[in-house]
Amino acid sequence: MSVMRTPEQELARFRGRLAVAGAVALVCFGLLAARFFYLQVLRYDYYSTRAEDNRISLVPIVPNRGLIMDRNGTVLARNYSAYTLEITPSRVADLEATIEALSTLVDIQPKDRKRLKKLMDESKSFESLPIRNRLSDEEVARFIAQRYRFPGVELKARLFRDYPMGSFGSHIIGYIGRINDRDLERIEENEDSANYRGTDHIGKAGLEKSYERELHGLTGFEEVEVDSGGRAVRALRRTPATPGNNLVLTIDLKLQEVVEKAFGNRRGALVAIEPGSGGVLALVSLPTFDPNLFVDGIAPQDWDELNTSPDHPMVNRALNGAYPPGSTFKPFMALAALMSGKRTPGQAISDPGFFDFGGHHFRDDKAGGHGTVDMYKSIVQSCDTYYYRLANDMGIDLIASTMGVFGFGSRTGIDIEGESSGVLPSPEWKKRRFKKPEQQKWFGGETISIGIGQGYNAYTMLQLAHATATVAAGGVMFKPHLVKYIESAKDSSRRMIEPQPIKTIPIKPEHLETIRRGMIGVNREGTGARAFAGAPYVSAGKTGTAQVYSLKGAKYSAKIAERLRDHALFIAFAPADKPTIALAVLVENGGFGAQSAAPIARQVLDYYLLGKLPAGVAPEDPGAEGSAEESTGD
Amino acid sequence: MTNSRFDPRKWVAYILAPLDGPLMLIVLAILGFATVVMVSASPERLGTLGLNIAVAFAVMWVAASLPPQRMMSIALPIYILGVLLLVGVALFGDVSKGARRWLNIGVARIQPSELMKIAMPLMLAWYFQCREGMLRVRDFFVAAGLLLVPVGLIAKQPDLGTAVLVAAAGFYVLFFAGLAWRLILPFAVVGIVGIVTIVAMGDTICQPGVEWPGMREYQKHRVCTLLDPTSDPLGKGFHIIQSTIAIGSGGILGKGWGSGTQTHLDFLPERHTDFIFAVLTEEFGLVGALFLVVMYILLIFRGLFIAAGAPTLFSRLLAGALTLIFFTYAFVNMGMVSGILPVVGVPLPFVSYGGTALVTLCLGVGMLMSIQRHRRRVGT
Repeated sequence: MSVMRTPEQELARFRGRLAVAGAVALVCFGLLAARFFYLQVLRYDYYSTRAEDNRISLVPIVPNRGLIMDRNGTVLARNYSAYTLEITPSRVADLEATIEALSTLVDIQPKDRKRLKKLMDESKSFESLPIRNRLSDEEVARFIAQRYRFPGVELKARLFRDYPMGSFGSHIIGYIGRINDRDLERIEENEDSANYRGTDHIGKAGLEKSYERELHGLTGFEEVEVDSGGRAVRALRRTPATPGNNLVLTIDLKLQEVVEKAFGNRRGALVAIEPGSGGVLALVSLPTFDPNLFVDGIAPQDWDELNTSPDHPMVNRALNGAYPPGSTFKPFMALAALMSGKRTPGQAISDPGFFDFGGHHFRDDKAGGHGTVDMYKSIVQSCDTYYYRLANDMGIDLIASTMGVFGFGSRTGIDIEGESSGVLPSPEWKKRRFKKPEQQKWFGGETISIGIGQGYNAYTMLQLAHATATVAAGGVMFKPHLVKYIESAKDSSRRMIEPQPIKTIPIKPEHLETIRRGMIGVNREGTGARAFAGAPYVSAGKTGTAQVYSLKGAKYSAKIAERLRDHALFIAFAPADKPTIALAVLVENGGFGAQSAAPIARQVLDYYLLGKLPAGVAPEDPGAEGSAEESTGD
Repeated sequence: MTNSRFDPRKWVAYILAPLDGPLMLIVLAILGFATVVMVSASPERLGTLGLNIAVAFAVMWVAASLPPQRMMSIALPIYILGVLLLVGVALFGDVSKGARRWLNIGVARIQPSELMKIAMPLMLAWYFQCREGMLRVRDFFVAAGLLLVPVGLIAKQPDLGTAVLVAAAGFYVLFFAGLAWRLILPFAVVGIVGIVTIVAMGDTICQPGVEWPGMREYQKHRVCTLLDPTSDPLGKGFHIIQSTIAIGSGGILGKGWGSGTQTHLDFLPERHTDFIFAVLTEEFGLVGALFLVVMYILLIFRGLFIAAGAPTLFSRLLAGALTLIFFTYAFVNMGMVSGILPVVGVPLPFVSYGGTALVTLCLGVGMLMSIQRHRRRVGT
């Protein structure tokens, strides 16, 4: 083919192509105009929202955490402002070198480094993590002068949690710690993520955990115009944070102190409850720990120390430690016998010093026996034989069902976590507890030692105090609680935690009176008489000794390792006619209840009822002959 | 001309003589608008902008004063110089942002590919003029060869945007010279099919690890982010997402001069250069965008009108090609900023800040003016 054409044809074709080009250009610009129309008219709302979202950033304002105070207003947990030095690992090229350089300006201990390592393992690299907390003014000044040398290292002013009473009451208060993945999950489950923006600490244990919702407060927000680099250009609007509410406890810190002093360096637990309300007056578990260690990530060294200690300071013995109640179980057994009609108060047995069950002798602590024993005497003298026989007469099923009424073997529902339900033994329980069929069978002999609070019996001091308080309150059971009222930080308005009656156990007044009389007798003429000699108030009590190790008839001697010695227990309420306090106390490996547990109870009651502060720790009286019982039920 | 006394009216007449009124008005309108936008986008650059405009107008005036025959005579030398400089860039060029585009000639760094945008249509128009009356099909292949050498060198730098523009400039000459439709259509069809394929299969071929033949990773990313900007909101897609937000949030009347939040809070990338259109539309809305589009349409139609009346084949082809280059710049830039074309480094003509581009464009306008002015002096 030829492309030869006349100039006229050429020009015509050229102009034709110009027309095509013009048309294409128009179409293309039309397309653009359509696109602009789409973006700017049809999708205007969407894009202007996007532009606003771009522009406005919500900066969370973290609320101040609520305070925790005891019933008298003594502050147990508070906040203070201090400087912390924080590192963002992802923004630091050489972490080791940076820390090394920092250590010339501020004091950085090996444990600070270890803690940072641990935090790094637990968090994402772009998070800012503390390397040193609570910098001194001098350290702050030194760092600021050298700040340009440390990109990725920031000085932050923050509120810190502080527990001014240190280890006092730490098992109640618990502690807060940095939010970890598990906490985050829980926050998300509760749909609380928005409220936790900017918060990096959360309650980990005790009241700090169970009242997290109250203590945390509502996060406020500042609407800030930001540029593309996220830098704030100007503030637009501000919604202030609502500080967390304050907790005012039913706990009396002074009482708590009296208890901890009375224990000295012994291990154990004490729970004191106000019978008419369920308010917990003291909840002690010893030894204890310093909650301040946990606030910004515990140093691995401290953590190891707390966890490997044979004294297990982290275990809340009052809530989580289940111990055989020993003879403190007897008043409840007696009450169960009366309620079920298995005994009358006057019905007496003759105690030869043992109870014969299928040729096996369950021995009493007193070689020749207690002679003729009725219910009153059985409580006052803590006669084992009476209860061996009673247990045998009642049978395990009746024991389990009647004792269960007092709350034994079930959680009390106190307002902190970690409560153990203990063990109220029964054939059903044994079936659940053991795997092998030969272990699942309940033997009649096992019932006998249940009667004196031994065998499989295991309860927490909280349960024991709870049951004692229920009896003291005439059978009305209140849910134990540690918080008296919640105080709004905003307007100081108070929200009372009303006493919550769980149930009223139908106990005949004369039955209750029998038990009360028996327990008064204990402190007047029985096993608790020595400890309560000269008390200006009438108190009711019961000693107990829980066997840790069977002596097989041998006598106590110094040879027996301290940790194999019996646990000493005591329950009490006072004043006996109108009780305002009920308690249960346990001294681990304390020997006889009368000897080591009852004097502690005496000091508590003296302080609570008379305001009498003990002058140091009361001396133990080795002369008091306690209710040393033993069982051979195993 | 008496030199006894300075006569301002004569001077004005002398200055205005080579200029084409309609083109001048259109360019002044666009530049005026651009200056207004620049006050908001980047006020600190106003001084340099003024200087750039002065230099560009001087170049435009000189080009407008040159008769087309003179342009013809320098077409070949300029083309050869351009190709040599491109070879120089390939051998000794400075690397900036991963591409070898600049040549340091001692006094300044120049970008020879920019020169090629004008040299290419000039060269091809000259070639077809030389072959006028004895045009064979093989001439189109020669022309294609002349086109592909510099385009290849530029694409190799790599500078896909400029390569596409230079290739387009050359193609426009071929098109106006009468390149057969049967040679154009297959490419058009292949191109359209290719685009449709990429759009349809975007999810698969944009997977990391999939390599595209003949394309660099960043070029693949540009296409892929166009298909789905949200796939990489903080990286490659950021520019497109933010400029689309800027345009859309402008609405019909815009947020007002100096009140564009996207612009002033730094969300817009390259806000005084390639993405200045987003600033314009955010602050002046659909009205501002349409005003600019109308100005471009007027510019293009004035150019096509000049081409239609041009006396020689050379001037016809040159005028037609230059006009379509303006169109291509405008369309590609606005298309990319509004998210319908991939992000290639093409400035918005007469609006984007940048001396070289402004000078090149004004040179083109000057050439158009010259062609218009000389249409009657050389009879057909």
